[in-house]
Amino acid sequence: MPVSRRPQRAAAHELERYAGLFASRTRAMKSSAMRDLMAITERPEVISLAGGLPDTSTFPAESFAAIMSRVAATSTAAALQYGPTEGLAITKDAIRHVMAAEGAEVDPEDILVTTGGQQVIDLVCKTLIDPGDVIVAEAPTYPGAIPSFCSYQADVVQIEMDRDGMPIDVLEQTLDRLEREGRRPKFIYTIPNFQNPGGVTMSLPRRRRLVEVAAERELVVLEDNPYGLLRYEGEPLPTLLQLSGGDFIIYLGTFSKILSAGLRLGWAVAPAPVLQKMNMGKQGADLCSSSLTQHFVSQYFREGQWEPYLHSLRGLYRGRRDTLLGALTEHFPAEATWTQPEGGLFVWATLPTEIDTTDLLARALQRNVAFVPGRGAYLDGRGGSSMRLNFSGVGEADIREGVRRIGEVIGEQLELFGALTGARPAPTAPEREAAPLADPELADVLHLPRQQAGEARRTADRRTR
Amino acid sequence: MSRVAVLKGGRSLEREVSLRSGARVEDALKRLGHEAIGIDVDHDLVRRLRELAPDVCFVALHGRDGEDGTVQELLEILGLPYTGSGVSACIRCADKVLAKHDMVDAGLPTPDFVAFTETAFKQLGAAEALGEIAERIGFPMVVKPADQGSALGLRIAGDAGEVPGALVAALSYSAKVLLERHVAGRDLAVSVLDGAALPIVEAVPEGGLYDFDARYEIGRSTFVCPADLPDEVTARAQQLAVAVHELLGCRDVSRVDLLCDADGGLHVLEVNVVPGLTGTSLLPQAADAAGIAFDDLIARLVDRASARGRAIA
Repeated sequence: MPVSRRPQRAAAHELERYAGLFASRTRAMKSSAMRDLMAITERPEVISLAGGLPDTSTFPAESFAAIMSRVAATSTAAALQYGPTEGLAITKDAIRHVMAAEGAEVDPEDILVTTGGQQVIDLVCKTLIDPGDVIVAEAPTYPGAIPSFCSYQADVVQIEMDRDGMPIDVLEQTLDRLEREGRRPKFIYTIPNFQNPGGVTMSLPRRRRLVEVAAERELVVLEDNPYGLLRYEGEPLPTLLQLSGGDFIIYLGTFSKILSAGLRLGWAVAPAPVLQKMNMGKQGADLCSSSLTQHFVSQYFREGQWEPYLHSLRGLYRGRRDTLLGALTEHFPAEATWTQPEGGLFVWATLPTEIDTTDLLARALQRNVAFVPGRGAYLDGRGGSSMRLNFSGVGEADIREGVRRIGEVIGEQLELFGALTGARPAPTAPEREAAPLADPELADVLHLPRQQAGEARRTADRRTR
Repeated sequence: MSRVAVLKGGRSLEREVSLRSGARVEDALKRLGHEAIGIDVDHDLVRRLRELAPDVCFVALHGRDGEDGTVQELLEILGLPYTGSGVSACIRCADKVLAKHDMVDAGLPTPDFVAFTETAFKQLGAAEALGEIAERIGFPMVVKPADQGSALGLRIAGDAGEVPGALVAALSYSAKVLLERHVAGRDLAVSVLDGAALPIVEAVPEGGLYDFDARYEIGRSTFVCPADLPDEVTARAQQLAVAVHELLGCRDVSRVDLLCDADGGLHVLEVNVVPGLTGTSLLPQAADAAGIAFDDLIARLVDRASARGRAIA
């Protein structure tokens, strides 16, 4: 008689058997409905303002070919070989050039070459975070960091930014509170320049104070700086690394936005004891980053093309940023606010509270346009009325058309909401005059709200309804 | 051996899930000795199908276009046999409102409901009837798009104040919205294969609401199959599922989602004509519990479609 190969109850199902094998950390790994919406944004007919993509189409193919053939001529064997975990010396040379342009002198010994900047986030968590440890991050924060934080079972506390980045007094109050509660944060995660997704830049006084706070409290700051050299206006500000002299700062750099994201090369600069542990963590993860792409980068820097190319990128992205900001003024409703980034790749826009940007994305995708809904930048469900808009990945005509379509669907949502509640008159097409953005006082209202501006904002909200 | 085109992906919001369903079907077809060709459905679908001239098309598309009769209509025109339900059954099931009307007319239990289009609110002042709607349906009220297969756009409004936001959300996904009485109960899925009900799968959500994430993510829901129900309830649920499958004219396979309230009362929510075939999907679990392995399930669906193809020829 054949033996039944499955017990009566379903615990036996294939799926459940695998589920029993999963580590407890996978329960904290987040995925969302947004992923399924985002799957559609990759289709060619969609104007995607959702990605964080640098425009690699401007990199000259002939340069690429020349660099590769020189790598082939001089270093085929080495480029095809494993390298040291900490990275090749020739790569560190290139990194020192970039760091010098950022205003920081770096000892090659203090550099760990990584597989993209993303690996730095992972290695820092791997090195510092036990389950339940606290990471303090900005709100909104880089959506791509959240899966790393979650997979190490970190308890993430987010600090709402204003137009000058993370308010350090709020940070200190938060740290005090955490201490009273017996929770010690391990590190503070910040993107000081042209924050992703917020688009704001941390002011110099706050940078100074943050460095002091880190030293006083013996806390690490992870300074994520992918966009520092993509500044389109205003004076560059010193990095936290520079201000601190290196104590309690882990600096994250990457070639992704100044050269190529496809190379998957980034780096960390960290205090020696931390770097040593991160190095061991990297051994376990991937032994070393690609020797081939390290040789490519090194050859590229040797040819001295990187600064002219960076200059051309700045010109390209500045134009696209201006186009995006102009289109927002033209097509977004009067109640919407958005940040005015001085550099980087992103604008963060916030719509009237009755609009849910995740639902809005579904409607926008029917018009073949996409953005990143704001909820993905928070761990606590906030951000539902905000969105991140990228201006580096598509051309100016597409940016204009994309924003026009988003403005159109926002108008439809508001009209529908008005019809449902009777509270809001159906708006006509938003054809108001463009606000003179040059006026800094007027531009203020478009930035992230100033700290303690909550009262004023609420008053303003009442007025607009 | 047959040449089988597996239609997957497309533009629906369930694209990701469909790609995973399609990939598993292709693997199974290859193991079964068929020539499996995956097609991510796009503008060139008709041209590709003409070039390939498959013996059978396996419809692994979920949601809009794939489950609402659009692709089926195309396949009819091209004279290609395909798996699952025909055009009219797809249209009836994809539109939850239509399906519910049919059930009500036939005396089959489905939660009380009303449905409106966006136009009704914007141009006919339907919002002014929200009071009467609330009175009839009561709170909490389920507000969902009329033609989405997943939980995207589904909200539960706890009071009148939450209704407008929920309507705006649902209408982001569909031109028609369904407002439905909320039935507290256990989530049951009864798959019907070749006219017979398979063992019932109960989904026990981790958080409370059986949402989009829980539906597709391993470890987010606990699935129990066969569901731990009194025999009498199991029998009634299976009979009901078969009755709904037949009423709506479904063919080969369907998955009837229903709720079982505290008194054992059953309430049909919707019928899926292209049930998911991913690693976490409910139809494969139900088939497995009935002793039908995944490959056998796929073989049966392909055989049924082939037989129809021969009948036409």
